[in-house]
Amino acid sequence: MNFRNILNLGVKELLGLWRDWIMLILIVYSFSLSVWTSSHASPEALNNAAIAVVDEDRSQLSTRIIQAFYPPWFVRPATITTSEMDARMDAGLDTFALNIPPDFERDVLAGKAPAMQLNVDATRMSQAFTGNGYIQQIVTSEVAEFVAGYRGETAMPVGLSLRARYNPSLDPSWFGAITSVIQSITMLSLVLTGAALIREKEHGTVEHLLVMPVTASEIMLSKIWSMGLVVLLGSAFSLAVVVQGLMQVPVAGSVLLFLAGSVLMLFAMTCLGIFLATIAGTMPQFALLMMLVLLPLQVLSGAMTPRESMPEVIQTIMLAAPNTHFIILSQGILFRGAGIETVWPQFLALAAIGLVLFRLALARFRKFLR
Amino acid sequence: MIGAADPVAGVSGLSLRYGAVTALKALTLDIPAGQMVGLIGPDGVGKSSLLSLLAGARQIQDGEVRVLGGDMRDTRHRRAVCPRIAYMPQGLGKNLYPTLSVQENLDFFGSLFGHDRAARAHRITDLLAATGMSPFRDRPAAKLSGGMKQKLGLCCALIHDPDFLILDEPTTGVDPLSRRQFWDLIDRIRAMRPQMSVITATAYMEEAARFDWLVAMNAGEVLATGSPAELLARTGAGNLDEAFIALLPDTGRGDSSAVVIPPREASPEIAIEAEGLTQRFGSFTAVDTVSFRIPRGEIFGFLGSNGCGKTTTMKMLTGLLEPTEGRAKLFGQEVDASDLSVRRRVGFMSQAFSLYAELTVLQNLELHAKLFAMEPAKIPARIEEMIARFDLEEIRHALPEALPLGIRQRLSLAVAMIHGPEILILDEPTSGVDPVARNGFWRILAELSRKDGVTIFVSTHFMNEAEWCDRISLMHAGKVLVSDTAAAITASKGAAALEDAFIAYLEEAIGESTPAAEPAAPAPQPASEALQTPAGFSLRRLLSYSRLESLQLQRDPIRMTMALIGSLLLMIVIGFGINMDVEDLSFAVLDRDQTTTSRDYIADISGSRYFTEKPPLTGYDDMDARMRSGELALAIEIPPDFAANIARGRDVEVGAWFDGANPQRASTVQGYVQGMHSTWLLRHMREAYGEAAVAGNFELVTRYRYNPDVRSIIAIVPAVLPILLLMIPAILTTLSVAREKELGSIINFYVTPVTRLEFLIGKQLPYIALAMLNFFLMLGMARLLFGVPFSGNLAGFSLAALIYVSATTALGFLVSVFIASQVAALFATALLTLIPAVSYSGLIDPVSSLSGFGRVIGEVYPTTWFITAARGAFSKAFGFAELAQPIFAMALAVPVILGLAAYFLKKQAR
Repeated sequence: MNFRNILNLGVKELLGLWRDWIMLILIVYSFSLSVWTSSHASPEALNNAAIAVVDEDRSQLSTRIIQAFYPPWFVRPATITTSEMDARMDAGLDTFALNIPPDFERDVLAGKAPAMQLNVDATRMSQAFTGNGYIQQIVTSEVAEFVAGYRGETAMPVGLSLRARYNPSLDPSWFGAITSVIQSITMLSLVLTGAALIREKEHGTVEHLLVMPVTASEIMLSKIWSMGLVVLLGSAFSLAVVVQGLMQVPVAGSVLLFLAGSVLMLFAMTCLGIFLATIAGTMPQFALLMMLVLLPLQVLSGAMTPRESMPEVIQTIMLAAPNTHFIILSQGILFRGAGIETVWPQFLALAAIGLVLFRLALARFRKFLR
Repeated sequence: MIGAADPVAGVSGLSLRYGAVTALKALTLDIPAGQMVGLIGPDGVGKSSLLSLLAGARQIQDGEVRVLGGDMRDTRHRRAVCPRIAYMPQGLGKNLYPTLSVQENLDFFGSLFGHDRAARAHRITDLLAATGMSPFRDRPAAKLSGGMKQKLGLCCALIHDPDFLILDEPTTGVDPLSRRQFWDLIDRIRAMRPQMSVITATAYMEEAARFDWLVAMNAGEVLATGSPAELLARTGAGNLDEAFIALLPDTGRGDSSAVVIPPREASPEIAIEAEGLTQRFGSFTAVDTVSFRIPRGEIFGFLGSNGCGKTTTMKMLTGLLEPTEGRAKLFGQEVDASDLSVRRRVGFMSQAFSLYAELTVLQNLELHAKLFAMEPAKIPARIEEMIARFDLEEIRHALPEALPLGIRQRLSLAVAMIHGPEILILDEPTSGVDPVARNGFWRILAELSRKDGVTIFVSTHFMNEAEWCDRISLMHAGKVLVSDTAAAITASKGAAALEDAFIAYLEEAIGESTPAAEPAAPAPQPASEALQTPAGFSLRRLLSYSRLESLQLQRDPIRMTMALIGSLLLMIVIGFGINMDVEDLSFAVLDRDQTTTSRDYIADISGSRYFTEKPPLTGYDDMDARMRSGELALAIEIPPDFAANIARGRDVEVGAWFDGANPQRASTVQGYVQGMHSTWLLRHMREAYGEAAVAGNFELVTRYRYNPDVRSIIAIVPAVLPILLLMIPAILTTLSVAREKELGSIINFYVTPVTRLEFLIGKQLPYIALAMLNFFLMLGMARLLFGVPFSGNLAGFSLAALIYVSATTALGFLVSVFIASQVAALFATALLTLIPAVSYSGLIDPVSSLSGFGRVIGEVYPTTWFITAARGAFSKAFGFAELAQPIFAMALAVPVILGLAAYFLKKQAR
């Protein structure tokens, strides 16, 4: 292994990337605009939930309840009739439909505890649960306030002090921004190295390299370090300038530790990129392969939905993917301020996966060159 | 000017620029009708540009182009005359479809020009008989030899009886025999159709000698026109090569003296040795027991058609390819791919190798010097030496792409020589280089061989170069036919010239393998059927593109299976992966009370299906550590004297901390904890104060509709269909256009009467069919594997899917028209389809709860509507009536997207 060759070839890769403005635009986009939009487009925990009310009571209390729903949590409720309710829900216009029965106010004041019906479109999982809780609370407090003075109350003196750690106001843009940086790292590390290899094969320059006294592992390592460096710098910039600077998202832990983890992740992913490029051989096939690989990696790694809610089998299989460990360590470091004493198992796992992928990719790469 | 009175085509003041590079400089020229016109000149002088402009394949920037009596700027004229023009672009089989058979290729071109089935069958039989291609009717174009590819290309060009035939270097890279046969064929066809005008570009001056009228071009300008005899007379030259050099302006002429190779001093040392070298790829033998010995300092020439095994042999010599059988030795040492020291003694210049376009001349030299591990101290001096020797001083900081081919080849040679190798292996180093630069190149080779004793192994197509070699080998179909000096080979066949001798050898070899390849049949009868080329929309042309696309797809098993298996695989991944059910969240308790009451409180939480209890917490530090690692989603602290204080009616507070990192999950946790706390309270109050105390003001009854058990699989699976039916079809259609652009077959769209919509819809149909097949497979999987009930109208939902995939395939086209590079196409399609679909189309959060830009995208994106339709059809018992709105919304999107794609799709190259 000749380190000067690896260095020289890597510099060549960087010069090549520097002149590929489309790739540059995509890198810049992934680490800036894309982070910004994906953090802002993802709504608040409950944001503008679509609610409609069937008011059969038309009393002071029912009006109070209707007025209690307002942005940003809910859209201004549409007042509809019972017959409209089903059609609107079918069309997906409303996620919630609250039915206030006739004589509701009178029955409440009479202490009859009347029933009120809340219809929830349960095909919209994310809003169904949280929205239901909000609506419970809102209606309860409106009714309680209304009846206060009419009736006395017996209460148990047990309070619940419920606090969210690491993101006290549950601001989803924090999560969105940082998750987006992580996803960009995954995607770019695969695409840049894979495309670089295929491009070189198409231009016949790989063959040329091979008649020179350089080995396959030197060629591969040069691509790994150069493309990895680009993604690493991009993610550092994105975290420091876009996420922490412009968007004012606090990062709990050490950015340096996160970048150290990223180095391991990039090593594993760039190897995977080379591996996939050798399987695909041509650009169109690489494109299809990327779709088949990138999506499962991103969906099943726990970046979007928590791992523990996936079937056991999938959780176990995904332990073989570098993403899973990277997601765990970066969420630990960036959100919860974890240090190396907490995330060392992930570092170890990433390093091990990276080494395995490197060996696999190198074996394939040697065959690919024949 | 001959024939100027009646030109078939003419240009005046024609200029063309590619960025900063000027290809044509105010060219004015009339091309005589009914003649065989030759366009001569090296690569990059504007020949191809001129021909593509004449064919209407390229947009006119400046000046006028008149073809067949009309202005080629005028779209209507172009449409009217394109059935009378035939254009065969440069490159072997450039506009053919490699996976299609000879017959299928011809059939496609025939139907583009509006022939019905009977007429096509008749013409194809005629043409194949005339060209001697009948035995190869069912062979895929990719498996034809270079010469046969060009014959097929010619057949495809002739299928519609053109009046003006435009051939761009039809014989480059073709062996001498096939070349001769090709021109004989053209002569016969011209004899049958004397009214046909032909213009052809060529780099071979021997060929140009048989044309009626020549146009010599250099640097985007016409040097001279006239018959070959006139040009020879005007310059007083003995052959056209010399005549061309003489026509060049003084500055471009350089050293125009003839190349003289000094005699070689024989060396006993053998530099290159091949013994029974054989290379098989599967059942195909690329190189068949090739043996030769080349002494040090010899220039050894290697001739043969493209694909005859020259490059494979060279690869085995350099250790790039392990021979299946036999041995290759360099300086008596067996070639071993893992032994890097041999490589330092060899310099290699490959055919395809363009230098690193991203590095300057100097950087290229530096990089190679470093890679060959030269001593750093010696590098600068060596580079200067190379720059001086190869005359690169003026361009040392230029990028190779901006340089003319001749200079680039010189630079390649300098790079190959940088480490002072003893053997040089050059694979077609002078292809496409102008005669002057070629002469200069060979002068350098002669010097290297004679002065420095470098052994040179070189392959070429040019006969004059072959004659300069000390010895030559002729290769055909993997075998060496003959190996000797040029003079001896010529003499052995009693031929007048080396080329004739080669043809004799080739005929002998082919006679052994395939008898009677030479056609006896007459040239095709000019068809009597009138051409039907409808000006407007033509279903036949549309369907011919559909047939083409589906044939290509069928022959590409990787794309086909990926498109089918891929969506099923992804459906499993997402169906199981995106799960909103928050279950089995781990929590731990810091119980400072340790009483029955506190344990009762905890039992409520640990007993629920949402939470799983972990070992108790030992203190705040433990809590911090375990929450930080992500082990705990929730930590509960029960204060000391919890039970006692409740009993005394004092205020107590339970502390609960939950992980807010993922706000979505956090708010679910928050809801659960609150709910459980109040349930516990209620129960305790009931126990303490009796039923009356807990009677609330009202009761809120929640009905979870469509999905009463609130299972996320029922919510997610119907939403996965829209995502996959978007992504995979869009990617496939994007690539189908990008591939045509890259492989060059897009030219067929430029120069045939097919319209933009016919092209797009024709290509779209097979992908719609494939997507629908996918749709039904996924539907079956949703029912059978995921057990998601389907309550709606199947026919209605299928209709919605049909319209949806029409929109998504069109979306792929819209992306493809803007982007030329496939990497960028891949990126853009992923960004434009996947991100809006996952984030803004109601997959996880309903569109009505989005804000800003995402909301706008969500409202217009077809995926949003199909998600509504899919959820409705699966869970909400949608019939036709309910599906009408999404179907209508998507049906609006299809023509809009397709229209935009057609509007931006260019019918000419820029």
